Amino acid sequence: MILILGFAFVLMAIGFWGLLTRRNMIKMVISLSIVDTGLEIGMISIGYIKGRTAPILDSAVGIAQAVHKVVDPVPQALVLTAIVIGVAVNALMLAFVINLYQKKKSLDISDYRDMKW
Amino acid sequence: MIKRAFAFVVVALLLVIFFKMLMLWQPHTDLSGVAREYVAKEPNQLGAVNVVTAIVVTYRGLDTLGEVSVLFLAATGVALLLRRREKKEKGMKRRPASEFLNTGTNLLIPFIVMFGAYIFLNGHLSPGGGFQGGAVVASGILLSLLVFPRFSLNHALMNWLESLAGASYVVVGILGLVLAAGFLDNRFLPLGQYGALLSAGAIPIIYTFIGLKVGTELSGILENLKEE
Repeated sequence: MILILGFAFVLMAIGFWGLLTRRNMIKMVISLSIVDTGLEIGMISIGYIKGRTAPILDSAVGIAQAVHKVVDPVPQALVLTAIVIGVAVNALMLAFVINLYQKKKSLDISDYRDMKW
Repeated sequence: MIKRAFAFVVVALLLVIFFKMLMLWQPHTDLSGVAREYVAKEPNQLGAVNVVTAIVVTYRGLDTLGEVSVLFLAATGVALLLRRREKKEKGMKRRPASEFLNTGTNLLIPFIVMFGAYIFLNGHLSPGGGFQGGAVVASGILLSLLVFPRFSLNHALMNWLESLAGASYVVVGILGLVLAAGFLDNRFLPLGQYGALLSAGAIPIIYTFIGLKVGTELSGILENLKEE
């Protein structure tokens, strides 16, 4: 699982790099979404226990010995919430981008330098 | 040039932090703490086969209520920001899709919606649940939005359905408070037989409401984004 955690960290680094160096607004939104995805993969990989199975207590796992046979279910529940929040934030950011584009017809963020007042 | 160097330094520092976290991490060898209590006590207390569903809907149910509110806020914000102006400029007419696409989509959409409903009805028995099923239903709506040029949802019906589903979720929570041990407790309905479809108390009902709410919400967001 160290490999998967490393992969998640690499994804987060790529996302942050894209957020800092890209000027196109849609690319910035996608970079933020990549950071989110990397974080969620990292959170799930931390809950893994070697040799165990998914936390679904059906007849294959059995109720009595379940504590010794399933991985940690709490990070999975937290990541469920995190994915939904990521969707909500992405939708709102894209709505902002659409609105800004309709005002000035440009997707470059350095064109939006003026303050509101 | 300065900006590039600055960005490079920031990402390099971040990578140093991540590397140190990676090297010092020891994977667990056993469940501990709260997770152990949840897995050990859950089948007798709540009767759901899927432990993650039991955690999301009952043990940490208040977080799910907050998450549903955040999704509702985002959908409302998108609808507000992309509100159509009074004079609707029609734009260019889209030509209809090919015969193959039309027939294939007409064949697939009922199955997609049915699969989404199956996912959120069986949330307590197998991996899945309200959010996943709602997303699948919204993907079926997205397919028809992309293929049929004049497809549009009834906005009033979508809003009513979404609001009713959200309000019913809170009503079920209050019923848990009144009839059982606490807010969003699922034991005010009988726990039933372990592994049956109508078991685990109120968990299938809660997840059905969440699935309906998320499905209609995401469809509304997609339609608002398409109109522009």
